[in-house]
Amino acid sequence: MDTEQDKQQYEADARPVLEAPDIARVLTRIAHEIVERAKGADDVVLLGIPTRGVFLARRLADKLEEITDRKIPVGSLDITMYRDDLRMHPPRALARTEIPGDGIDGRLVVLVDDVLFSGRTIRAALDALNDIGRPRAVQLAVLVDRGHRELPIRADYVGKNLPTSLRETVKVQLAEEDGRDTVLLGAKRTSPDAQQ
Amino acid sequence: MQRHLISAADLTRDDAVLILDTAEEMARVADRPIKKLPTLRGRTVVNLFFEDSTRTRISFEAAEKRLSADVINFTAKGSSVSKGESLKDTAQTLEAMGVDAVVIRHGASGAPYRLATSGWIDAAVINAGDGTHQHPTQALLDAFTMRRRLVGRDAGIGQDLSGKRITIVGDVLHSRVARSNVDLLHTLGAEVTLVAPPTLVPVGVESWPCEISYDLDSTLSKSDAVMMLRVQRERMNAAFFPTEREYSRRYGLDGDRMAKMPEHAIVMHPGPMVRGMEITAEVADSDRCTVVEQVANGVSIRMAVLYLLLGGNEPAVTHTRTEEK
Repeated sequence: MDTEQDKQQYEADARPVLEAPDIARVLTRIAHEIVERAKGADDVVLLGIPTRGVFLARRLADKLEEITDRKIPVGSLDITMYRDDLRMHPPRALARTEIPGDGIDGRLVVLVDDVLFSGRTIRAALDALNDIGRPRAVQLAVLVDRGHRELPIRADYVGKNLPTSLRETVKVQLAEEDGRDTVLLGAKRTSPDAQQ
Repeated sequence: MQRHLISAADLTRDDAVLILDTAEEMARVADRPIKKLPTLRGRTVVNLFFEDSTRTRISFEAAEKRLSADVINFTAKGSSVSKGESLKDTAQTLEAMGVDAVVIRHGASGAPYRLATSGWIDAAVINAGDGTHQHPTQALLDAFTMRRRLVGRDAGIGQDLSGKRITIVGDVLHSRVARSNVDLLHTLGAEVTLVAPPTLVPVGVESWPCEISYDLDSTLSKSDAVMMLRVQRERMNAAFFPTEREYSRRYGLDGDRMAKMPEHAIVMHPGPMVRGMEITAEVADSDRCTVVEQVANGVSIRMAVLYLLLGGNEPAVTHTRTEEK
């Protein structure tokens, strides 16, 4: 677990690549792209992946509502139980899965996450969706795509493409959880043991 | 770190709340068209039942199957146990088969503890009831039911049962449910009162973290939940009360007594109910009685326990009990 001191040190060393106005702007753009591609977003359901994907999904829904004048269903999809690395770590506390009342059958589901990296989270999300219903189509919206995919998965809507090295970390902070909106690019901390 | 669930007393407050919160998410799976998660795929769980218990066994079995574990059911009747095989030999057989977890029900208090600590087997051990000792998943599902009804389904997340007053009525002497509930409810901050005839109160009860009363009527008006226990005739080898009618008159819950309880208070029973003795049909069938909910909640709680003990490479539940050598 990170101590408060570690966290402050990381934030002092990290470089912000997106600030609050940038995040607001890219979300507005993604909302317009969704309306454009879905031809009006009639049957769109947004499902955020906890934790920060859920906040992004809610913000996107607000923006879609502004554009289309219609309420867009938002939910959350916890993928913990579907992870392929469950057995490599201690079990994690489960987050909330909340599917909007009308379900996802025959709908266009847009998965929303903060960072797209290996693609394994999205693979797990697709498995989870399979157990919940049968969407007409599934699309993916992410705030940051940092590359290094391990599976053939690609986002439909990307806030910012951020070429990174594996020695770097990308950390998204959102006002709802962290008190401010920013995307930080920092150096991975390695413990002395790991360097040997 | 321990990776067994032997006693409700082993759980810290944080562990217990984590299990209840996880169960709340597991309960959502039951509302889906496909009630299945891939979480324990490839893991083998044995339900080792030396004592009959259809209810607990199928509850565990449903939980294991919903998490995609491979399930082996073992009942002592008709097995080599009836030919004289010892617990140790059975354990070693299971170990040789590469079992990941053993859910054990045994008539002897302490059998699951022995299985977990003797080194006979490497699997996680979950106590599904041992003698008159413990039944931790029952206590957890009772606490889960109380939290849902008394605090709220969503409002309860992350919460314990601080300040709630729970009355447990009946055959405390023979009841592992009472024992487990007293331990867990105390950990969760509730105030527990045991009500029983003096003959059905165990020796040493003064050291339990609860109040004792012999008078049901005086406790009803200040209870948030009243848990009726089954009178365990099969464990009674002496006369503990004069007649069933007298027991029923003094310690049975009927409509009149239920009316004395606060408006929001619930009636619980671990089942199976003996209608007419500890509880009347009127109470058993009322909206305030949570017996059917308790059964459904049992599956969610057992899924949560299995996930937290087996889902990762090490258990998420910590234990405070110090091991004996």
